[in-house]
Amino acid sequence: MANKIRCALIGSGNIGTDLIYKIQRSPVLEPVWMVGIDAASEGLARAREMGLKTTAEGVDGLLPHVREDGIQIAFDATSAYVHAENSRKLNALGVMMIDLTPAAIGPLCVPPVNLREHADRVEMNVNMISCAGQATIPIVAAVSRVQPVDYAEIVASLSSRSIGPGTRANLDEFTYTTSSALCAVGGARRGKALAVINPAEPPMIMRNTVYCLTDEEPDRERINASVLAMIAEVQKYVPGYKLVNGPDYNGKRVTVFLEVEGLGDYLPRYAGNLDIMTAAAARTAEMFAAEILAGKIQLNVVEAA
Amino acid sequence: MSPYVAPVSLQGRKVLLHDMCLRDGMHAKREQISVAQMVKVATALDDAGVPMIQVTHGAGLGGNSLQHGFALHSNEEYIRAVAAQLKRATLSVLLIPGLGTMRELQSAFDSGARAVTVATHCTEADTAPQHIAYARKLGMDTIGFLMMAHLNDPAGIARQGKLMESYGATTIYMTDSAGYMLPDDVRARVAALREVLDPATEIGFHGHHNLGMGIANSLAAIEEGASRIDGSAAGLGAGAGNTPLEVFAAVCERMGIQTGIDVFKLMDVAEDLVVPMMDHVVRVDRESLTLGYAGVYSTFLLHARRASERFGVPARDILVELGRRKMIGGQEDMIQDTAMTMARERGIDVSRAA
Repeated sequence: MANKIRCALIGSGNIGTDLIYKIQRSPVLEPVWMVGIDAASEGLARAREMGLKTTAEGVDGLLPHVREDGIQIAFDATSAYVHAENSRKLNALGVMMIDLTPAAIGPLCVPPVNLREHADRVEMNVNMISCAGQATIPIVAAVSRVQPVDYAEIVASLSSRSIGPGTRANLDEFTYTTSSALCAVGGARRGKALAVINPAEPPMIMRNTVYCLTDEEPDRERINASVLAMIAEVQKYVPGYKLVNGPDYNGKRVTVFLEVEGLGDYLPRYAGNLDIMTAAAARTAEMFAAEILAGKIQLNVVEAA
Repeated sequence: MSPYVAPVSLQGRKVLLHDMCLRDGMHAKREQISVAQMVKVATALDDAGVPMIQVTHGAGLGGNSLQHGFALHSNEEYIRAVAAQLKRATLSVLLIPGLGTMRELQSAFDSGARAVTVATHCTEADTAPQHIAYARKLGMDTIGFLMMAHLNDPAGIARQGKLMESYGATTIYMTDSAGYMLPDDVRARVAALREVLDPATEIGFHGHHNLGMGIANSLAAIEEGASRIDGSAAGLGAGAGNTPLEVFAAVCERMGIQTGIDVFKLMDVAEDLVVPMMDHVVRVDRESLTLGYAGVYSTFLLHARRASERFGVPARDILVELGRRKMIGGQEDMIQDTAMTMARERGIDVSRAA
């Protein structure tokens, strides 16, 4: 297994469990530890069944094993509140953090848009923004790389079953994080994110609508080509990422209608929103892992400030 | 002709009427009511004794968007201008979590709003705890609002209402966003709410007139214990409009329900100020009736008409399909999406749509 980078998963909920499947399939990653806080949790039991070592002592239960087990990358799927501590402790041991919480301590990462830059800079903590961000920012970037976008607005429709209590209780954080990422990563001057939670049964597959207002009349041919190329990039790690309608042009408004169907690893296929987060996180880890294995980058211990 | 006799005497009951024509009515005006018009109508409603008046963008705080349209002015501009002129009435706003945020609520409060309707889909009350708690912290009259209530059964509505109460809402509304409910549907849900809520928690009903049931449904709600009713002068609101408030106020007076409203003055506001503002006659017509018949969110009406003009699929067909696909409030983007998909299936070239 010397040709794989060993990983820890923090948070034994849906996201953490789904990540095990994705990382186990990876040619460059190996899931070794699962960290939880409840010894009786289903997630930890499942992780053990899948061959991972587990601790119910939170991140502190992992720290003594980081060196001996050669952990180099950790995924944090806990909450914004505990992420900062988790990150500080693991960075101090030279472990790179992939943050799936809204904490956003590190730079925001959307793989087809800016992962390369983060890997080149050997960032020790990158944030995966939000499911809606992962689904829509590639399209905003695809338009803004053709011509300036004054305003980007996205609407994410999510099935009720796929939204956990944490997101529900903190919906404003989702809105703020995603809105700012439309600008910071998507390249729009102003951004706004809307979320709708739909309880229909059978559950609806995640849908996203991306609106961009361009400064000048949109260059239809170039935008069409750019959007289609970007969708093909996302499909490399989320095969169920599909264009449903558009790009539609109405004055300076460009509208793209998307659907995100998950792989159905642990989470059901309709929960494309969760799948695109875990897939983007795994994709990010793979890029870092490949560079480490090729000797191109080296992770550094981050001294506590 | 024998006079109407209510099964329960409502004589002497006090009911708070909450006007929606300057918020829900914005939907029917494509968000194009000016500050001057709002001030004029609100002042007249205040003078007629309407105790609570909702203003701003049709989708409420955060509503200005490509998804929901841009109003002529910012929400703060509307709130400040109207609040400055109200003598008695409380100014209220709407906040839908996922669209509006606590920052916007603070800003609305700073501009003069003193009541807020925090609205979620009827099964998703747990997306509102932050906003409801924040409104209470600001000291606002805090209303929990369960939209599309026909999509949840009475026990479910009771559970969701109880959740909103637990976050701090002091009034729980059952909202017939699709104008689909019949009086027995309303009765069962209000009764279920009344059974579980604290006796001090008020119950409200917000109707749409798509099946012409606004008045009857509001009365049914009061019979089961509701003490707040939403309506709008001349019915100006989404779909076939809201319960026409001047009509409801007149009915209340006939039945001995106390609203504190001067019915003639309210009639004058409706006739002289609101009706002349209408871009189209807000009434039960083929499409708004379709909303009520198929159980579709009332705000979808004008969006479906626009999509119909652009993509050549009849608005009624689009609305029925949206109902079949179980689309809910906030999914206005899915109207164009659905129209485009339907047009393609019918062999219409959507890439040429102007």
